[in-house]
Amino acid sequence: MNSDKITKIILLFSSFIILFVAGGMVFSLVKGAIPAFKSFGAGFVFSNTWNPTQGSENYGALPFIAGTVITSVTALLISLPLSFSASLFLGEYYRGTRMAKVLGTMVDLLAGIPSIVYGLWGFYVLRPFLVGLGLPNQGFGVFTASIILAIMIIPYATSLSNEIIMMVPNELKEAAYSLGATKSEVIFNVIVPSARSGIIAGYILSFGRALGETMAVTMLIGNANVIPDGFFSTGNTMASVIANQFGEADGLKLSSLIAIGLLLFLITGVINAAGKFIIKKLN
Amino acid sequence: MNDNIKQIKDPVLSIRNLSVSYDKGKYAVKDVSVDIKRNSVTAIMGPSGCGKSTLLRAINRMHELYENIETTGTLILNGKDIKNMPTIQLRRMAGMVFQRPNPFPTMSIYDNVIAGYKLNGISLKRSEKDEIVERSLRDVTLWDEVKDTLYKKGTFLSGGQQQRLCIARALAFDPEVILLDEPTSALDPIATAKIEDLLVTLKENYTIILVTHNMSQAARISDYSLFMYLGELVEYGKTNDMFTKPRDRRTEEYLTGKFG
Amino acid sequence: MKYQHKQIAKSKLKSRALKDKAIRVLVVLLSVVTISPIVLIIFKLIEKGYKQISLDFILKTPPNSYEAMTALANGELIPGGIANGITGTLLMMVVAAVMAIPVGVVTGIYLYENPGKFMANLTRNISDILQGVPSIVLGLIAYIWVVKGITNGYSALAGSVSLAIMMLPMIVRSTEETLKMIPVTIKEAALALGVPYYKVILKVLIPTGFSGLLTGILLGISRVLGETAPLMLTALGSTIINLNITKPTSAVPLLIWEFYNDPNMVGLIWSSSLLLMAIVLSLNLISKQIAARTK
Repeated sequence: MNSDKITKIILLFSSFIILFVAGGMVFSLVKGAIPAFKSFGAGFVFSNTWNPTQGSENYGALPFIAGTVITSVTALLISLPLSFSASLFLGEYYRGTRMAKVLGTMVDLLAGIPSIVYGLWGFYVLRPFLVGLGLPNQGFGVFTASIILAIMIIPYATSLSNEIIMMVPNELKEAAYSLGATKSEVIFNVIVPSARSGIIAGYILSFGRALGETMAVTMLIGNANVIPDGFFSTGNTMASVIANQFGEADGLKLSSLIAIGLLLFLITGVINAAGKFIIKKLN
Repeated sequence: MNDNIKQIKDPVLSIRNLSVSYDKGKYAVKDVSVDIKRNSVTAIMGPSGCGKSTLLRAINRMHELYENIETTGTLILNGKDIKNMPTIQLRRMAGMVFQRPNPFPTMSIYDNVIAGYKLNGISLKRSEKDEIVERSLRDVTLWDEVKDTLYKKGTFLSGGQQQRLCIARALAFDPEVILLDEPTSALDPIATAKIEDLLVTLKENYTIILVTHNMSQAARISDYSLFMYLGELVEYGKTNDMFTKPRDRRTEEYLTGKFG
Repeated sequence: MKYQHKQIAKSKLKSRALKDKAIRVLVVLLSVVTISPIVLIIFKLIEKGYKQISLDFILKTPPNSYEAMTALANGELIPGGIANGITGTLLMMVVAAVMAIPVGVVTGIYLYENPGKFMANLTRNISDILQGVPSIVLGLIAYIWVVKGITNGYSALAGSVSLAIMMLPMIVRSTEETLKMIPVTIKEAALALGVPYYKVILKVLIPTGFSGLLTGILLGISRVLGETAPLMLTALGSTIINLNITKPTSAVPLLIWEFYNDPNMVGLIWSSSLLLMAIVLSLNLISKQIAARTK
């Protein structure tokens, strides 16, 4: 065999490793989740009990699915006006200027802050501030966690929509200006419609990130194993329940946590695939 | 330069001492003064980089979109100094057509024609809209080709059709002047011929200013020609005169293909 | 031809211009709000954490809870440092890098060399999906594979595996993107000289794209350096410096989590976070510098 062939085989082999890792992940999660699904059936997904008492163990994932969806949707809604403004600042209003460079770097830096540092800041700075505004439960709960999550996804949402906004051809914008439109009219009638699907894809991907965030949420959501009954009530997300129940888990409880991990894996997988699919179609 | 100003009676546009600089001190257009005759086709010619597009874009103050571009001098459009006009109003009076056809890809053909009204937030009755759309599309001889597909996206049309749609979009506003920036440079000869015919008929109702680097195009359709070189207005006059007996050596060299 | 443009009312022009200005002001204001957290967070970390930073803080292990309490009671700085966390983070990052970089770079080369092929598209899509997997799920995986399957207990190796899986897709992507920017003619020139394929990769492709590859790897490392959740499920933590990859190990983010949960030690969270942030952000900036210089 000549060296070229061996090289090609090595290249192919390394890509097998990736496929093997991904396949192994699905296999291990499914295998680990089987005891939970055997005991509780499909009802595991729709049950809202979480009872670890020996002998009457009963676990359901609904409170955490609900908590995850509520916090992530709220985070998305909070981040939307902020990241959209920042992307207009970078991609349209101050495009190519020094100011845009500074703002862009700062937004990038937001992505570099570790989740646990966001959690600390949320706990020691944001939470007391919100308590001062009259937030119940010492400031723990869905709302506080969502604000921190919103800040965490801002850099992703901003850079993705900024990229798409920059791609809108200049000649389209000039055509609108030549008809007398003001800058904001150009933005809302030309730029946003042309960039719409790309911007939506960016927000879908950011939403996918919010779904899986763990530490900051764990430190702020209040860790109550119930379905949150409002923005200011406490709760738990799929990621946060794994983080704070894992230490004492074995047997059925461990299997239930792995099952929650499997569900989280599937949900984020679908969301990410959807976002990437839209972006791929655009290119 | 003063000998080049043709004093025209009741000009639609008179330009006095217009200079445009990109970086400080680097002039793309230098001290240009000229009067544009109503209901005529005026061609701006010159080699690439001579400032012809820059001159055109000064007329509807397009340069204000970009930083670092400085414009000095006076432009009087229909007796009014354009500096004192809101850009919104100015750009209604001076419609623009670009080098490459640029219909709005998210709008239907119908909406593209009335895009000016939509973008400016002017609400029209349905019948008014229908009338404007039909009249503008008829003016650009596109009506028969698209009347059954008005609600489809404009981007499915051929390049020539798209460019006529863009002219219709400018006409829909009933501008005084139509500014065209090399409108046929991205089109095939047949589509080009159609647009040239169209421009000649449009001058009955509008004043047309056309930037072109195609000399034969200028010769075919323009009444007046401006020749620019290195930002300066070298020669201005009746197209026929300029092509048969150019007064400036540079014009002559350009017209005979010595450079460009 | 009737002229219709005289219809625009003066008041309408004014209100539109006003609206345009208002939107611009709103965009600028919201943009400032958007970046204010980074300023507030860094300010807070420096304000609360700078006092604790010293040589001891890097070279010593943390005190026990009682020692910390006594120091607090006497109004002194908490003694000791986070040496076990720094060494643990270093150990796990090195092991993770050793696993992820070769596989990631070679896979990136494979994707670049076989564009459009079914296997390459599949690998690229799977790698993209891997990139979106939440880190806590990777912690679960490393727990099942390594803690349960290999080391029979929490271990640095398990932590490294979770971090390596996290870095892998980023390295694959950046390698492919970097190689795509190298002009094909450079590769063809080498192949035309009869150089074997592997030598073209080692002597032409990798050196030409080296700074791009380095940028991708550094960014990958800076992304996972602050990860806490997967390590809670895998490396667990340790009060002493441990360099045995089959034993539980601490890490800087794990220490922050422990300090946060211990009222006596809570004074150490800010300085630890400050140090962690300083490392992450400087890695970030360095990699961007390299990227900017080569562009």
